[in-house]
Amino acid sequence: MSPVDSVFRPFRSADAERSDRAAGDRTRHRSKVRQAIRDNIADIIAEESIIGKDRNRIIKVPIRGIKEYRFIYGNAAPGVGQGNGESQPGQVVGRQESAGEGQPDRAGDRPGVDYYETDVRLDELIDLMFEDLELPDLERKRLREIPSDRSVKRKGYRQVGIRQRLDKRRTVIARVKRLLATRERDPAADERRFPFHDDDLKYKHLVTDVREESNAVVVCLMDTSGSMDTMKKYLARCFFFLLYQFIRSKYRNVEIVFVAHHTEAREVTEEEFFHKGESGGTIISSAYAKALEIIAERYHPSLWNVYAFHCSDGDNFDSDNANALREAKALTDVCNLFGYGEIKPMGSRAYESSMLNVFRQLDAANFQTVLIERKEDVWSSFKALLAKDRVVESGAA
Amino acid sequence: MPQAWDIGDLEAWDARIRARLEAFGLDCYPQEFELCDHNQMLGYIAYSGMPSHYPHWSYGKSFEKLKTLYDHGVSGLPYEMVINSNPALAYLMRDNSLTLQILTIAHVYGHNDFFKNNFTFRSTRAEYTLPTFKAHAERVRGYQEDPSIGLDRVEQVLDAAHALSLQCRRNLAVRKLSDAAARGAAIDAATPPPDPFYRVHRPPEWAAPEVRRTPAEPDEDLLLFVRDHNPYLAEWEKDLLTIVHEQARYFIPQIETKIMNEGWASYWHKRTLDSLELPPDLQLEFIVRHNQVVRPHEGSINPYHVGLRVWEDIHRRAGGGAAGDAAIFATRDSDRDSAFVRRHLTEDLIRDLDLFQYQRKGNEYVITEVADAEGWQSVRDTLIAGVGMNGVPVIRVVDGDAGGKRTLALEHRHDGRDLHPEYAERTLAFVHQLWQREVTLDTVIGGKRQILAHSDGGFTVKGG
Repeated sequence: MSPVDSVFRPFRSADAERSDRAAGDRTRHRSKVRQAIRDNIADIIAEESIIGKDRNRIIKVPIRGIKEYRFIYGNAAPGVGQGNGESQPGQVVGRQESAGEGQPDRAGDRPGVDYYETDVRLDELIDLMFEDLELPDLERKRLREIPSDRSVKRKGYRQVGIRQRLDKRRTVIARVKRLLATRERDPAADERRFPFHDDDLKYKHLVTDVREESNAVVVCLMDTSGSMDTMKKYLARCFFFLLYQFIRSKYRNVEIVFVAHHTEAREVTEEEFFHKGESGGTIISSAYAKALEIIAERYHPSLWNVYAFHCSDGDNFDSDNANALREAKALTDVCNLFGYGEIKPMGSRAYESSMLNVFRQLDAANFQTVLIERKEDVWSSFKALLAKDRVVESGAA
Repeated sequence: MPQAWDIGDLEAWDARIRARLEAFGLDCYPQEFELCDHNQMLGYIAYSGMPSHYPHWSYGKSFEKLKTLYDHGVSGLPYEMVINSNPALAYLMRDNSLTLQILTIAHVYGHNDFFKNNFTFRSTRAEYTLPTFKAHAERVRGYQEDPSIGLDRVEQVLDAAHALSLQCRRNLAVRKLSDAAARGAAIDAATPPPDPFYRVHRPPEWAAPEVRRTPAEPDEDLLLFVRDHNPYLAEWEKDLLTIVHEQARYFIPQIETKIMNEGWASYWHKRTLDSLELPPDLQLEFIVRHNQVVRPHEGSINPYHVGLRVWEDIHRRAGGGAAGDAAIFATRDSDRDSAFVRRHLTEDLIRDLDLFQYQRKGNEYVITEVADAEGWQSVRDTLIAGVGMNGVPVIRVVDGDAGGKRTLALEHRHDGRDLHPEYAERTLAFVHQLWQREVTLDTVIGGKRQILAHSDGGFTVKGG
């Protein structure tokens, strides 16, 4: 037998620092995780916990769907383990750990359930949710846009720049670094003058902060009448919460007006809108009239993109239906989009009147209705109203 | 008790270890050791030890998982990692103590010897391991960078190919017949032998063998079959399937010999270090570390422990000494885990190890058989059914043109274990993605024959 050769290659820290070989694949994996979150957003939204919460809150999001599937045996198949010397038939050696309703497996030789939870800031989640959405038809009024104040933000450092943006601290640090490096090679350097060199100079770099901006106003109209029970109010608030967060995260120059109504409408603050309940009958036309009044006073449609969204259970006084229809027509004339969400939790549809039938007579391309029956519908109806690729006929209004 | 050491120390110990191993009769490839830190080690583990490997998100996922477990202290890192190549390449963690390095070096030579001599590794062409993986990586990167292909499409094919990579022939020592040869064999088998008295005999009944079906014999190499028989695949797609198949085939011998290989390396590091007469402080730490590695894992199987015990047992039963050595060397050459367990895990040993068989009942895992006179065979057989590639269901292509509609008919060779339904459904979707036409899988679920099908319209289940 020939003697075996061997070689030892010593550790080189330079190699170690350079060799983050998994970086690309990790990024790719994370983008898959984000995709999985996006795909599950409807479920996450349906969880009550995020509605009305602080944007910096961290929420745990369960992720499935980045499993690596193969043909494998199910977990009913028997296995072999090693005991401590006292194994008896019938002894229980393990328990199914139920992670959700998934199929759990014993750790070890079986493929585990890829069930992750990741921490996501609510902020980040909201960004993810709204990535593909925007207020429809904004372009239509581009000519009417008034320029909004632009701002700049800092972005890194540059070797060149104007004097005002010289970062003295970094410049001095760069010089000290160079001094130390020089001294190491040439101890006599201490004695000589050591002036700043062009390479030491560090300038702050500024870029203009480009954000989508436009002068738009969103009018939120919510029915707060007695027929809006807890569930309905909750669904309506869910919807408006999404709308509110969406507008806050995507547009800087959008104003939001809150109107609550029962038999009469009034403008309320955000706090009141989301947290106060009222009672009484329902006269929908009152809300529309109020909205029209606000628009005429403060947001003239020749200057503003106007969006109105109304959530109600549709349990309107019959006598008001004709009025409501007329006012709605007037609203579609001044709005880029007027959305009506009817909230009918499952089962209540049979015996309550609905405005959907009434609004069917309203023939305007910029008028949209959606029906919200369950928590799960909120997100899909929200998307239906705002999806980017929604086909909007241009001959509207 | 960490000791300060440098490369010189390692080389000195390595020389002593090699001298011992030579005396024992181990036959190794040349060996290269590379010292690395824990981050590099994580990287090597995620990419199966390969210095260069094609990119795919699943490796990023496994890196993240390993790193999370390591950072939270849930699991440590292996002391070493060695890959089957010629010369063999092993990574040593630079933060380990001298004792651990000595133990590890001896352990690595055990694996090295096993790679070189066990019959399952003969098909892996160890001289070409590193260049092959590097070439694969370059080709995959080339496709990703090709503007007419791109990362997303490459990833889709890789996702599907990874799902099927282990659906291939297990025993590579058996030669695979080409379709033409298999048809020839079928015709030969069906043809009656020449009869010198054919004038007086009635000609025997003759049934024409089936020679038109493709594949001629059911084919376990799913990826290769799809590659060779789906005319709509582009060349780069075929190449990706080849790459994934070849890499899986390279790793199958390691899957097939997990218990033997780890047991073998543990056996030799133990025997080598015992014969080295370590100084007392090293000796004490060695005993601690060795027992950490080869301790039994209650409730599951530790291949280091079971493997070591079986090797020791073979050596003892053959009479120890030179006869014992001859016995273990013969077994090293000729067995893989399923044969190793069947032939050498005796009733006494099973009882000694207190192996048991468990099964899920409701929400609990309950012991169904223990190592007594009635149960030990059943325990052993269940263990065999789970070792090596036996843990992977056998799925074969029966017909590549079922019903004349280019439907791919697969069958699952049911051995009492059902497929995981969700995984079967999703994996079948991958087969459909690659085959681009309807795919059916004939299997048994809950005692009933079922045909799972995935066509353009989606997934369906038909009773058989």
